[in-house]
Amino acid sequence: MFTTTTFASILPEILILTIGLLVLILEPFWKDEQKRSAGWLTAGGLLVAMIVSLLFGRPGEPVAVLGGMIRFDWLGFFLKMLFMFAAAATALLLMDHEQAGKRGEAYVMLLASLIGMNLMASSADLVMLYLSIETASIPLYVLAGFLLGDERSTEAGFKYFLFGAMASTVMLYGFSLLFGFSGTTDLYSIAATLTSGSISPLLAFGVVTLVLVGLGFKVSAVPFHFWAPDVYQGAPTPVAGYLSTASKAAGFAVILRLFFIAFPEFTGMWTMVLAVLSAVSMTVGNLLALPQTNIKRLLAYSSISHAGYAMIGAVAFSQFGAASVVFYLAAYIATNLLAFGLVMAFSRVTGLEEITDYAGLSRRNPLLGLMMLAAFLSLAGMPPFGGFVAKVFVFAAGVQANYTWLVIVGIINSIIGVYYYLNVLKYVYLYRLPNQDEENHPVPLTQPYMIALVILVVGVIVVGTVFAPFFNWSDAGALNLF
Amino acid sequence: MVPLSWYLLLAAALFGIGLFGVLVRRNAIAILLGIELMLNAVNINLVSFWRYSDTLTTMSGQVFSIIVFAVAAAEVSVGLALVISVYRRRNTVIADELDMLKF
Repeated sequence: MFTTTTFASILPEILILTIGLLVLILEPFWKDEQKRSAGWLTAGGLLVAMIVSLLFGRPGEPVAVLGGMIRFDWLGFFLKMLFMFAAAATALLLMDHEQAGKRGEAYVMLLASLIGMNLMASSADLVMLYLSIETASIPLYVLAGFLLGDERSTEAGFKYFLFGAMASTVMLYGFSLLFGFSGTTDLYSIAATLTSGSISPLLAFGVVTLVLVGLGFKVSAVPFHFWAPDVYQGAPTPVAGYLSTASKAAGFAVILRLFFIAFPEFTGMWTMVLAVLSAVSMTVGNLLALPQTNIKRLLAYSSISHAGYAMIGAVAFSQFGAASVVFYLAAYIATNLLAFGLVMAFSRVTGLEEITDYAGLSRRNPLLGLMMLAAFLSLAGMPPFGGFVAKVFVFAAGVQANYTWLVIVGIINSIIGVYYYLNVLKYVYLYRLPNQDEENHPVPLTQPYMIALVILVVGVIVVGTVFAPFFNWSDAGALNLF
Repeated sequence: MVPLSWYLLLAAALFGIGLFGVLVRRNAIAILLGIELMLNAVNINLVSFWRYSDTLTTMSGQVFSIIVFAVAAAEVSVGLALVISVYRRRNTVIADELDMLKF
């Protein structure tokens, strides 16, 4: 039963669990001023876990392990590495958060939801899929409402929970019908029994819609996006960054595996549904981002539109399309975490979150301004940053699959996007503080921020310039879907 | 023997009532009750599909439903904790009155 392959397939999760237990055991013994070291422990531990998994946990030929619950392949492995990277960066950004940084529980919750996301990326069974989605979600509800003394944070947690619980239940109803119609919970056997002869197209459409409610909520696609701006604004900023990157990427991992593997018979139907969702998400997200004044809400709407861009690759239903989604997620995780990290670093010192408050930032801290430039230009899709190459790949996949109209919608939308991203940079670089005394109002960076932000900035540039190895890994993952 | 479709109709009705409650009710506790109804509809679906399938030897339907209610219990306990934390700050659990975060 338990072979080396079994252990290798869940090696990252075992290591993450160990780190979580270590934090739980050690944190009560530390003095108050030491407690933020839980962040060092989490981030360092995740780095070690990534290295160990890369050495001993690499997949070979795709195999089903643990009774078919887990699929051990490159797609899951590459995404797991991305999630662990995102969680390590989030842990560093959490460390100097005033209320949350000294609480060991915050890091344990982060790790618990990371285990869920890792399993989401590799589960190959409806039961495991539901279990892992909930394992990823429940700690995130707690993290969003983590600041008990803060009215916005408790409200964010409350709203996130109500929307999340409803969406996942609707998705579960879809899973139960899927189980009923196919007679099995194994994704790889569903495709064999769920053919167009055995179930009417209308019924299949219903099941796909029900499932998409839950997954659309996870990736915050329109019309399931209402929670995103409220929760991102209210939740602690590093948590909002984690929600908008790793949690969204995990949702896409499930979309890829579920639709590509279980519904190949109904490709024409679900690609059309996803294409509509994608077009609406891009347009609504970008148009609603235009009038925003709060930078976290702006990033929330921008992340909704990015869900739309990434979905173009899934609509294409090809190996190149799947690879472009995974690559998009890699670039997007680095870019958006960087953006939220910068917002966190700025508001930690100043306590301000409005876009106009960023006036004169380039003089208050030139390095921060420069990183802001990298993050927002990458979000806007400018070379040489990751966002550019990622957009090129998904658009190319869309054109290849004859979804030219969707790509045109995407290109018009990225032009709209450039406006509001550059608007933020206008405040950072062109405007000054009212008294023009920027040298008296510095924005210092602490050590964890320095490390996290520099790594993320390097990540954004490397993904955008030396993209070949990243694309090859994404492609190796996409190959496992066909 | 009662045909399978009856169970499915019962589950669909229960799901509909729960969803209606979630969308219409404003009290957080009532919304949670609606979600519980929806989860029970899922369980009826799973168990009846399993009972009427020709693969009774595999336990997947039953196992799935047991996992569903274990997860539901965890979800509701976290949810109630969040409701209490909101109530302590704001003295209300009416979803409409929680409107600090707004466009």
